[in-house]
Amino acid sequence: MRQSFYLAYKYITFHKIRSIVLIFSIGIIIYLPNGLKKLINESEAQMLARAKATPLIIGAKGSSTDLVINTLYFQQEKTEGISMKTLNDVNASEFGYAIPVLSMFTARGFPIVGTDPDYFDFRNLSLASGRLMSFVGECVVGSAVADKLNIGVGDSLVSSPENFFDLAGVYPLKMNVAGVLDPTDSPDDQAIFVDIKTNWVIMGLGHGHEDLTNNYDPSIVLQRDSSTVKAGAKLYIYNTINGENMDSFHFHGDMNSYPLSSLIFIPKDHKSATIFRGRFESGEFTQQIIVPEYVVNNLLQSIFRIKQIFNTVFVLVGLATMLILALIVTLSIRLRKDEIYTMFTIGSSRLKVFEIISFELIILIGSSSIFAVLLYLLTGFFVEDFIQNFII
Amino acid sequence: MITLKNISFQYQNSDFHLEFSELAFQSGSKTAVIGPSGFGKTTLLNLISGIYTPQKGSVAVNGKIVNRMSDSERRTFRLTNIGFIFQDFKLLDYLRVVDNILLSFRINKAMTLNKSIRMRAEEIASLLGIEDKLNKYPNKLSQGERQRVAICRALLNDPSIILADEPTGNLDPENKHKIMHILFDYVKDRGSSLITVTHDHELLQGFDHIVDFKELYTYS
Repeated sequence: MRQSFYLAYKYITFHKIRSIVLIFSIGIIIYLPNGLKKLINESEAQMLARAKATPLIIGAKGSSTDLVINTLYFQQEKTEGISMKTLNDVNASEFGYAIPVLSMFTARGFPIVGTDPDYFDFRNLSLASGRLMSFVGECVVGSAVADKLNIGVGDSLVSSPENFFDLAGVYPLKMNVAGVLDPTDSPDDQAIFVDIKTNWVIMGLGHGHEDLTNNYDPSIVLQRDSSTVKAGAKLYIYNTINGENMDSFHFHGDMNSYPLSSLIFIPKDHKSATIFRGRFESGEFTQQIIVPEYVVNNLLQSIFRIKQIFNTVFVLVGLATMLILALIVTLSIRLRKDEIYTMFTIGSSRLKVFEIISFELIILIGSSSIFAVLLYLLTGFFVEDFIQNFII
Repeated sequence: MITLKNISFQYQNSDFHLEFSELAFQSGSKTAVIGPSGFGKTTLLNLISGIYTPQKGSVAVNGKIVNRMSDSERRTFRLTNIGFIFQDFKLLDYLRVVDNILLSFRINKAMTLNKSIRMRAEEIASLLGIEDKLNKYPNKLSQGERQRVAICRALLNDPSIILADEPTGNLDPENKHKIMHILFDYVKDRGSSLITVTHDHELLQGFDHIVDFKELYTYS
């Protein structure tokens, strides 16, 4: 047996490229169904865990899936928003408390999420360095954002303009990084958290500019009376908020009408949750209230159906690969006719030749399995990216 | 003494038919087998070694009827009595020279590969002048060197019969004579029998006997 293994090993290692191609091909076929199963199972577990940890979501009527994806994963689907008034009304109901979420903009590819400090307690997010945002214009970044952009406390981030060609539109805001969060293996790692008001500044609902009280430049001040001053486009709007210009920042209009993407509602108890949901069903509130777990479960059912299709495909591909492998072995035996004949002439039995070829197959399939296991283990490291890029 | 009597052999699914009444080879003699291609010279070697068994007749080596032996007995017979040398060397390209020489010990449970066998392989390699090639692969050797490796492999088990199928067919004139000298010297020293199939009439004078297949049997 040892000698047969030796000869098989020599054959495999001599034909390196052929063996590597076979090992890779068989390895991938072994890996794919198992790897996909792991990806889907872990995705299911992670997605459900975040959904289960979020009792209720309130948002505008429309796609509940988009609302959940926007609120839990900050994917910024184009959903209808709600207003600050809803937040105030919900908090006034005394069935629990709501955390606002406003996710509409990005900075260098990462979502800017406007919320309040309760969010950090609710998600058990801890700081790796720095502190939470205390002022408008400050941000706290997730660990992945800090790693990928190589930024930390004291650095700054500029929000990405929505539309370069809209001169009257949203201006980029330079935000100071106040803190960096510990990693959590969740979408929070990929987010830039700001105060809701910072998000409104980015939207253009609030701004800061030079004091016009004592400015009489006619090219800037277009009209002045006892209560109002009208300024022209030459007026310099600050694109960063710091100690010197902070007092000049102000918001126009009724803040109750300011937008939010959604609310995460944390009820006092199960009974409160049930009664509160009833208020939405009765029409007391015009928005929708959803249980994220149900929505994510529905989403996962669709993925599960896709998984079943994949499994069938992989069984067929596996079968085809086995047939091709059998063909390769048969052709290889034909090509090695001379070698086998030589072995017979110098005293080998058919059984011995069979043993050598079997060992070659065992080495190939064994190496392929090891390769597949390595890929399977590697898969664990990419689950997060997979969920972010393919599931959601 | 090797005796083949009343031989009739035919390959499956082939028109080829080898038939002759008697052929004998003296122990310790050097015999050249000549004749046109396709007359069954290589088949004769395979019959003597027991790789093929005739449909009729008998093949006897030193009184033992080879074609009445079981598969396993014929394998053991080949291992202990026969050394095969081929025109195209039939070396395994994925094994180093030393492993090619030791191949018969790696593919037979009956034979144990030990230190003394390895030393013997080195001795024969040294005798044939390829001791410095033992760790090379066959594709790094010249034709003459490859044939020497094949001879080393054939001689490793100290065979009493050497069957050579056109051993010089792929060699240049210089190597051709060297290889034949090596074989003749070995046969002389050990008292082994040498049966060589050849087309090369230049080499015939070194042999004790010549069997011309054209005159030997009926070919249909």
